[in-house]
Amino acid sequence: MKDAIRTKELTRVFGGKKRRLRPRDAPEKRVIALDRVDTQVAEGELFGLLGPNGAGKTTLIKILATLLLPTSGSATVAGYDVAKDPYPIRQRINMVSGGETSGYGLLTTRENIWMFSQFYGIPSKVAKAEIDRLLKEFELWERRDAKVRTLSTGERQKMNMVRGFVTDPDIIFLDEPTLGLDVSAARAIRQFIRGWIQENHAKTVLLTTHYMMEADELCDRIAIIDNGRILACDTPERLKGMVKREVTVKLETDRLKDPKAFDVIEGVQNYVVKEEAQTNRTSLTFILEDDAPIGDIMSEVLNQGSKVQSMEKIDPTLEEVFISLVGKGLD
Amino acid sequence: MAGTLILVFIYYVAAAAGGAAPPEMLAYIFVGSAFYMFVFQAFFGMFEVIQGDREWFQTIRYIYISPISYYAYIIGRGFTQMVVAGIGVLVVLAIGRGLLGIPIGFNLALLPFFLAVLVLGLFITIAIGVAIGGITFLTARHGGGMSEGIAGVFYVFTGVIFPLSVLPVWGQVFGQWIPLTYWFEALRRVLLERSPPQADAFLMAIPESTLLLILALSLIVVSLLSLAVFRYVEHLARKKGKIDMTTAY
Repeated sequence: MKDAIRTKELTRVFGGKKRRLRPRDAPEKRVIALDRVDTQVAEGELFGLLGPNGAGKTTLIKILATLLLPTSGSATVAGYDVAKDPYPIRQRINMVSGGETSGYGLLTTRENIWMFSQFYGIPSKVAKAEIDRLLKEFELWERRDAKVRTLSTGERQKMNMVRGFVTDPDIIFLDEPTLGLDVSAARAIRQFIRGWIQENHAKTVLLTTHYMMEADELCDRIAIIDNGRILACDTPERLKGMVKREVTVKLETDRLKDPKAFDVIEGVQNYVVKEEAQTNRTSLTFILEDDAPIGDIMSEVLNQGSKVQSMEKIDPTLEEVFISLVGKGLD
Repeated sequence: MAGTLILVFIYYVAAAAGGAAPPEMLAYIFVGSAFYMFVFQAFFGMFEVIQGDREWFQTIRYIYISPISYYAYIIGRGFTQMVVAGIGVLVVLAIGRGLLGIPIGFNLALLPFFLAVLVLGLFITIAIGVAIGGITFLTARHGGGMSEGIAGVFYVFTGVIFPLSVLPVWGQVFGQWIPLTYWFEALRRVLLERSPPQADAFLMAIPESTLLLILALSLIVVSLLSLAVFRYVEHLARKKGKIDMTTAY
């Protein structure tokens, strides 16, 4: 599969005067936003960048979207170098940023989006039909003729999503697209992204977020980034597998005769029993060394003449992966 | 329009005080001041386009990463600024001629010359405006002062409201290197019924065909310079991360 995006030793430094322009005693005010980032995103992939504020996510997107030049290293998008060949890249990309209020307040929702579609040379008739389709999909149809200044934050963000997708880009950069949105607006955007990538196998999405659940739910692969460096990059499942820990299993059974009987099962490190008087059931939470004791536990439940009503194996979360790599949470 | 009418008012006050120049001078000032609206609109308007898209509407990043050349986009916005200014110029000229009785005419025999001059001058103005606007990529909102300052230099040294001959020699030489000096002269050839006796002898001696040639050559040079300046500052802005900078002040 072809690479949609590739970076090699990509570095971006902000600020800092050259030594000859800086007073001798003045401290250097350089900020390394990206530090030798190597990454590869395949065509058709939904790739996530997960990191705290200031990690370098937006800087990376800006470089890939041809808004910013790298200090050193290289980046290619759709096979073209971002520094030397921005025009063919611009024909193939689009970008949506969250948490901003972009748009011309005097224009209506439809006019705003249409104007941007014209920068891509889309025939007006085609653009209008596509805008109408997307406005309906984002449940913004009722607000199509409303002035942009009257739109709520969520509506404005949906309008920006339509602006980004109306040009049918091969690669789209979504920079915190659900930032600051209410639950339903964020859900609508996530649903759209998931549907779009499923319907368009050759399209690529680069999504930055600091919502763990969003990254876990949407992304084929995730890169965890902090202080400008990519600390890990893999599928959500494999990232979680990196965190070596015990297995947690929750069981709900009919009331057990001897809830202490699990002490003798090898591999059970610990367990908690809770009797539910109202439902006449027993809840058990086991901490196991690995999956092996699960069979013995089930046998013991059956031996006591009880039935298993539900069983849930609790997997490690991305948050645990993030904390183990970065040493802190996202908030 | 306000600026032009203030000049007219000053002229009448001076006339009442007994120190007035002939009515031809009033027409000279009036025409120069009216057409200067194009210059100011282009210079300040371009600044507003970039700063507005960047700071207020926050749309510049989406325009910049689209396949359209940003240079082409800003030239397009420049033409809309010229249309807005053109309406203002027409209104001012109509008020001057109709209400104030200023001796402005139109030499129909020079209509093709006028159209050519107008188009060349507007293109030159836009090209300079785009270069100035481009420089504001590197500045914050207060970059508007630079646009106004450069427009002010043009106001003084291109013979907008007084002939170049009243300037010191260095000022006259400086003015003679600015293409718009020839634009204002050419426009007055068409719109003034008579030239004032104070008019600049150097400019008066230039035939219409030479004025057209100067403007055409100037357009080529100014356009190339404008493109070079714009490309350079755009590259610098992209390097420094200022394309979509928001300063909030």
